[in-house]
Amino acid sequence: MGGAHGHQLHFHAHSRVHRAPAHLKIVALVVFMLVVVATPRGWWPAYAAYLALLVAVIAVSHVPPTYLLKRMVVEVPFVVFALLLPFVATGPRTEVLGVSVSESGLHAGARLLVTATLGVIASLTLAATTEAQALLQGLTRLRVPSLLVQIMGFMVRYLEVVTDELRRMKVARESRGFTARDPRHWPVLAKSFGALFIRSYERGERVHLAMLSRGYTGRLPS
Amino acid sequence: MHVPDGFLDAPTSLATGALAVVAVGVSLRKARHELDDRTAPLAGLVAAFVFATQMITFPVAGGTSGHLLGGALAAVLVGPWTGVLATSVVFVVQCLLFADGGITALGTNITLMGVTTVAVGWLVFRALQVVLPRRTAMVPVAAGIGALLSVPVAALVFVLLYAVGGAADIPIDRLAGAMVGVHLLIGIGEGVITFLAVGSIIAVRPDLVYGARSVLKARTLEVRTTVPAA
Repeated sequence: MGGAHGHQLHFHAHSRVHRAPAHLKIVALVVFMLVVVATPRGWWPAYAAYLALLVAVIAVSHVPPTYLLKRMVVEVPFVVFALLLPFVATGPRTEVLGVSVSESGLHAGARLLVTATLGVIASLTLAATTEAQALLQGLTRLRVPSLLVQIMGFMVRYLEVVTDELRRMKVARESRGFTARDPRHWPVLAKSFGALFIRSYERGERVHLAMLSRGYTGRLPS
Repeated sequence: MHVPDGFLDAPTSLATGALAVVAVGVSLRKARHELDDRTAPLAGLVAAFVFATQMITFPVAGGTSGHLLGGALAAVLVGPWTGVLATSVVFVVQCLLFADGGITALGTNITLMGVTTVAVGWLVFRALQVVLPRRTAMVPVAAGIGALLSVPVAALVFVLLYAVGGAADIPIDRLAGAMVGVHLLIGIGEGVITFLAVGSIIAVRPDLVYGARSVLKARTLEVRTTVPAA
């Protein structure tokens, strides 16, 4: 909590990429990924150019490449899917290392792997170089409705409070000898959800009253 | 599971993006009508709650586990409009701050796991409320069945999107069979846990459950006049 702290993926540094206005970074990410997704299949040199561009931005940003590589695990389920594609897709077959695979599946799988990887690296770079507050201000400058940005702001601000509440419940459950092993333990976990919802909702009500008493009229002072 | 960049082609991604913008825009207007100036803090806290629930994993069998999507749960707890806002905000924040789900697939993710699960969950819930007896005990049952159906329907919508803008020629009937089959199983977990969670909230604070309001309104004060024997 608090203004100076970054979020989970944020990497503190003072590079040119960190200082760049957040709204420009968001637009750059969207345009970059739309170009990547719209690139016709088979244009492999173009993908190499995209990767080179990303590597250049990361080099300027002073974020260590290993920092980003470690956080690329979110991509894993789709790597599995991309690797399966050549085997489940139909159409003309081709031989790769003596195994018969679908040609269209092979191309689609390779393309999915490349675009998804570029997407994850690009998004990670944005997350690593931009603080949550800057991101919200960037969204406001991009004319995202103020109410939506406010909701996002409250979510980001209370995310750690709520997940911490969840963690304390877990500690409380486990210190009473509880471990969830199979569906028979679902009722206990579901009751935790119920308690968490009531606490979150009531916290929302308290926050609203506290804001009202400080002069809130539906807009946040900028 | 979030759809990454490059899974669907650019026109399909733009179309789902436009759909998501319209759905969120309408929800913003309707939610403000429902919650007035409480919208921002309450929807924000509900979004944080949905995010947190997706972090708890449930043991299923043989070491595998799953987590809740929470669309139908949010719809029943805070109403469909605030539900769409809360789940959509979760996907935006996951995409921008956690690099989870592609930025070009953001519209797809909101349409599938935000709008579709909330809409299906809520519509099934309302339909069942009309049919089932008007008792608070029936609210969790209707919520659970709504949650159960919301997951395979979202999977089916995904298959339709893939048929329109997918990258490889996977036979659509086989993909549909596999996706709906798997997600029916996931839906059972979602349904049971939604049933249990709504039940536990109804037991403590029935006034907080949006979907129970019509039932609570129909409840009348019961005055018992029998005096216990002295």
